[in-house]
Amino acid sequence: MDWLKIGSAVFLIAMIVFLWPRMKHAVANSPKGKMSDWMGFIVPLAAVIGFIILLINMV
Amino acid sequence: MNNPNISIGRSQESILATNKVLKNTYMLLSITLIFSAFTAFIGMQMQIGQGVAMIATFGAIGLLWFVLPRTANSAAGIPVIFAFTGLIGLGMAPLLNMYLAVNPSVVSTALGGTGVIFLGLSGYALTTRKDFSFMGGFLMVGMLVVVVAALANIFLQMPVMSLVVSGAIVMLMSGLILYETSSIIHGGETNYIMATASLFLSIINLFQALLHLLTAFGGDD
Repeated sequence: MDWLKIGSAVFLIAMIVFLWPRMKHAVANSPKGKMSDWMGFIVPLAAVIGFIILLINMV
Repeated sequence: MNNPNISIGRSQESILATNKVLKNTYMLLSITLIFSAFTAFIGMQMQIGQGVAMIATFGAIGLLWFVLPRTANSAAGIPVIFAFTGLIGLGMAPLLNMYLAVNPSVVSTALGGTGVIFLGLSGYALTTRKDFSFMGGFLMVGMLVVVVAALANIFLQMPVMSLVVSGAIVMLMSGLILYETSSIIHGGETNYIMATASLFLSIINLFQALLHLLTAFGGDD
């Protein structure tokens, strides 16, 4: 394994260590979304996916 | 009894403060993106290697995690965010050189696509004024899962998994753009330097994931 992979692995492990307490805090303290709230996220996300498919066909 | 005039005054003050954060965030984001593109260009011209790029990225993340949170509330936060974005740009130089060598049109398409997605999602959050704070936990869990999958793939070396990770990054960064913009609108984020750092990272990750997906599915991989 070359040093570049080792560096990437160290970086990702550091990210996990950094994200873990923030994730626990966010999960415990985020308000719960209703179905309508999630639809407000799913609709633009579907548009983004559609746009990326369009870009892939253009390239 | 509550005085409605005081209430209206406070509400107007709050709207003005929100608009100021929003305006400052977009202004700083535009300048830092241009600066980052400039450092990336310099790095590309100098043909910097993967080692230098990795050191620059480590330096940028160090600034983001340890220096920016301590300086974001003062004027010192401005040079720190420029240093952070400049190092990120420099760190992307070898990757951009590689993609340009494979298919130059992919880079311009990914750049344009990232711009359209960011403007579209920001426009959506600004016009609908929906509160996306409920997504905080979901986005953090998603990011952790993606980082674990990326870590596993360093050892597994599965091309399909790296494409799945890139697809997940596109979705998560789209969610983060909505979340951060909504957080500024609803007063959750009042520091424009931290808001800029968050949106900048979302844009850069989105751009890199798009580059990967377009190169893989565009048929020139």
